[in-house]
Amino acid sequence: MGGWAIAVHGGAGVDPNLPPHRQEEAKKLLTRCLNLGISALRSNHSAIDVVEQVVSELETDPLFNSGRGSALAANGTVEMEASIMDGNGRRCGAVSGLTTVKNPVSLARLVMDKSPHSYLAFSGAEDFARQQGVELVENEYFITEENVGMLKLAKEANTIVFDYRIPAVGSDTCSAVAESPFQMNGLPISVYAPETVGCVVVDSQGRCAAATSTGGLMNKMNGRIGDSPLIGAGTYACNLCGVSCTGEGEAIIRGTLAREVAAVMEYKGLGLQEAVDFVIKERLDEGFAGLIAVSNKGDVACGFNTTGMFRGCATEDGFMEVNIWE
Amino acid sequence: MGWAIALHGGAGDIPVSLAAERRKPREAALRHCLKVGVNALKAQKSPLDVVELVVRELENNPHYNAGRGSVLTREGTIEMEASIMDGNTKRCGAVSGLTTVVNPISLARLVMEKTPHIYLAFDGAERFAREQGIETVDSSHFITQENIERLKQAKEANRVQIDYTPPIQKDEKKETPTANGDSQLGTVGCVAVDSHGNLASATSTGGLVNKMVGRIGDTPIIGAGTYANNLCAVSATGKGEAIMRGTVARDVAALMEFKGLSLKEAAAYVVEECVPRGNVGLVAVSAKGEVTMAYNTTGMFRACATEDGHSEIAIWPSVQN
Repeated sequence: MGGWAIAVHGGAGVDPNLPPHRQEEAKKLLTRCLNLGISALRSNHSAIDVVEQVVSELETDPLFNSGRGSALAANGTVEMEASIMDGNGRRCGAVSGLTTVKNPVSLARLVMDKSPHSYLAFSGAEDFARQQGVELVENEYFITEENVGMLKLAKEANTIVFDYRIPAVGSDTCSAVAESPFQMNGLPISVYAPETVGCVVVDSQGRCAAATSTGGLMNKMNGRIGDSPLIGAGTYACNLCGVSCTGEGEAIIRGTLAREVAAVMEYKGLGLQEAVDFVIKERLDEGFAGLIAVSNKGDVACGFNTTGMFRGCATEDGFMEVNIWE
Repeated sequence: MGWAIALHGGAGDIPVSLAAERRKPREAALRHCLKVGVNALKAQKSPLDVVELVVRELENNPHYNAGRGSVLTREGTIEMEASIMDGNTKRCGAVSGLTTVVNPISLARLVMEKTPHIYLAFDGAERFAREQGIETVDSSHFITQENIERLKQAKEANRVQIDYTPPIQKDEKKETPTANGDSQLGTVGCVAVDSHGNLASATSTGGLVNKMVGRIGDTPIIGAGTYANNLCAVSATGKGEAIMRGTVARDVAALMEFKGLSLKEAAAYVVEECVPRGNVGLVAVSAKGEVTMAYNTTGMFRACATEDGHSEIAIWPSVQN
């Protein structure tokens, strides 16, 4: 026991018919990010630095739903949000409604470190970004062709009340042609974009940190805020653990999921895996979600009640695993 | 068992020397809002309806930092936020960055009931308000002279400020506890339980004086400023950033659930152990009809009543214990 540990995720709720080459792509990215984190941990970087660095890498890569590659809002633009929390002192930073900031998680960190507040959103957040001199790009930078296609499908799906069949229009870079009875957030799983990326770390000094970033729900109302930037819901870290969640935003918010893992550890004395299992089993009602967590003792755990979660984890004693399914 | 209700108008370093002309209208408002809430409970309205109704009254009152009477951002503008939660279903709604909506708490309720989402903010929220036909006015409606003065003072002092600081005189006594430059601004909130144990919570605010444009506090964050489940309903007030990292509202409920603490014990524990002194206050009711109002600040504008006839309106610590 003890030693550093790290976990990353690329979203819970994966289409069981996801083509193998897409699965490989995802695993490669998770592995790369995991290695980035491991390298930083071996160089004694602090947990808060590592989670920022890893999530930043995930945002830059267009594969998952954060930064570049974010899901599109109803009007076809990208609105990103993120949060970060340092278990050592429980300081936190969050941002929502970003449209030009290349790395939302880094802006969240700046809110935590360089502003008198914990959460900035929309034009105020963009102004702060300009003041801080972070890298800014046009909104088009974040939009991928694939997501343009997905948005179209989502709009069509949202007008179909009971029929899960997706018309095979256009996009063959995703598995939308397959029928899937499983729905998340009102969208068939083949169209639903797993909502977030996240990273949790405990460093060699036992300090925990967590960070989560997302473009949000495909076809969301503009101005909609999900669980990812909400401390206690999508992200939480304290001296006992670090947690990052993904899945149906409503379920995660109502269940204050990230805080819940820490609360049962703190108030009920459960160990990390027990706490994670308890929360996934008992706190989700009809909601679908997943989470990753680390404890100050060097444990790492994940749990989900969805069909799969893109994830990877590693510990100092050499354990490493990247997985999608159960 | 029986119904119970509690409401607040903000916790912070309220000076005991608060002038009568500033104290009296606020006490009158508390009395009025308590009456509105009690009458609604007696008329068998659901706790969700009751908390919305009471918070609307507080939002309409210009002496409290919500709706009309909201404090101003550093640009001199209004940005209001609110959240509401139904204990039975744990459904919730939240809004931020409102500039024209007369009753933010009602828009939060509409988000909960009329959209597949929980939280809408800024332009998107304003657009939704228009779609729903909820009452909107020019932003100037919310701005009071008092708050223009407060912003001026805060800029002079170059820090975010307490809302009930008299805008005319500068009392050095206020300087020390808030020397870290952060405000302990109030919000308004209400929690209620009916005789069947149904619970609800609602919180609303204009935020911190001189806050950065786009700053979101604890008020619209479920688990921080507002929370309700089948055990209790909680509404918090004080320094937003502290309430957020302390997940204050959720923790009261978590302590009851996981550690078996009573409502009163749980609330006391949270304000005493989980957040720094001088930062936080909350009101809470339990499914059993208990009520508690706890704070670690100098005072908290508050009122409560229970079906057995007990009622209280206060600002500073009560004489008993």
